[in-house]
Amino acid sequence: MVGASLAGLSAARSLRKQGYDGRLVVIGDELHRPYDRPPLSKEFLAGGIGEADLALEPDDEDLQAEWLLGARAAGLDTTPRAVRLTDGREVRADGIVIATGASARTLPGMDGLSGVHTLRTLDDARALRDELARGGRLVVIGGGFIGAEVASTACALGLDVTIVEAAPTPLAGPLGATMGSIVSALHADHGVRLLCGVGVKGLSGETRVDAVLMEDGRSLPADIVVVGVGARPCVDWLAGSGVDIDDGVTCGADGRTSLAGVVAVGDCASWYDPRAGTHRRVEHWTGARERPDAAVAALLSWGESEPGVPRPPYFWSDQYGVKIQFAGYASRADSVTIEEGAAGDRNVLAVYRRAGHPVAVLGMNQPRLFMRWRKQLAANTS
Amino acid sequence: MIPACRLVDLSRGEAHRLDIDPPVSVFHTDDGELFAIDDTCTHQDASLADGWLEGCEVECPLHASKFNLKTGAVDAPPAKLPVRTHEVFVEDGMIYVRLSTAAPNLPPCIAARLAGGVA
Repeated sequence: MVGASLAGLSAARSLRKQGYDGRLVVIGDELHRPYDRPPLSKEFLAGGIGEADLALEPDDEDLQAEWLLGARAAGLDTTPRAVRLTDGREVRADGIVIATGASARTLPGMDGLSGVHTLRTLDDARALRDELARGGRLVVIGGGFIGAEVASTACALGLDVTIVEAAPTPLAGPLGATMGSIVSALHADHGVRLLCGVGVKGLSGETRVDAVLMEDGRSLPADIVVVGVGARPCVDWLAGSGVDIDDGVTCGADGRTSLAGVVAVGDCASWYDPRAGTHRRVEHWTGARERPDAAVAALLSWGESEPGVPRPPYFWSDQYGVKIQFAGYASRADSVTIEEGAAGDRNVLAVYRRAGHPVAVLGMNQPRLFMRWRKQLAANTS
Repeated sequence: MIPACRLVDLSRGEAHRLDIDPPVSVFHTDDGELFAIDDTCTHQDASLADGWLEGCEVECPLHASKFNLKTGAVDAPPAKLPVRTHEVFVEDGMIYVRLSTAAPNLPPCIAARLAGGVA
């Protein structure tokens, strides 16, 4: 198991549940046991929960695994099948699960400038939490989910917050432009400035950041900057291994890679999506939790298992106390209608349709109705 | 014991929430079995009655933790602590629940609120 976050842990659990009783080695580049990342931009950053609450393993769980933590994979060999580590060690294996995840994208010029943060790991969250506690002016670069959640948390902590987004509408990719703008209106409701359609030219500051410089010439004073401009899959270590890489590890509909005995799961994996007829790298928590079941079945059966039809992708976000939920594919829709609630009340159930058929659903503070639509979506598309 | 609702009013695949403190929900599975568990997910404040009922499991509507309806055990994270299970029986077409006397596993935000702290 290369990767010790949710996807790696879920794969380890699937292996044991599906009857594998052999040696199990879990390699993780962070020093921490598996922890839950979604709270890092929300309750954990706000100080509402601590590190013990983030642990993904109950106290009484024992997967009979050997944990190599703080160990980074450097390469994958095929004859014999093995994972090489950066410290020179080698772990031989009959089967390999690649679950190395993704890392936060950065901006040129941010290295070495203090006060500039990305948010992906527990260590990132600790550092940002400590800085936010001091207050001041926060500029968030990127109006996606991470940026929006950090802005929401910082706003509640009393900071002065500005978000800059290069695209005309935040969240237009995952939610479509119409609902992206409705969800992003939450920022203005809470006094957070949102500047769209203008790119960032650079950061200013000697040793510590003091402003974000915009391409239109504006300069936004900043005590803290959070860069939330997406993530790139951690697959560089696989170069030359024979594993096909495109945007992440290219996989079949059951997680099998181009190499026998090697599967990939989680944020680093680009599974074939039979519904979309294309490969798609899904960065959702639920994908990292659910897909290892299928990948492990494929691994243990050497590809003889029949992959089930996965449920439509589902993700959630919490911003300013509003529960945002989404399932399906916004990009397939040709229309979106608000079926319940009103955009102005930030209480909405919106259904995305293609040629009249539901392809996605969005809820804002509508968990009950959202679940009904989500189930219907799964029933319609399976 | 607490009367929940009439059996005819709870279709298979549906759940009925009792607004007691803490709330409890009765689930009627597709196989026709009845189960009662604590309604609040042990991870965060969410109503399991609004969740995804499949077989003998319910999935939290927010963060997809799964609980076994028979045992209350966690079948999938992020929850780590089980929900309580309660005894259910039907008499003259009425569903009754006999509450567990065990202490509930409430999520940190609700536990803090009950303790008088900040949620």
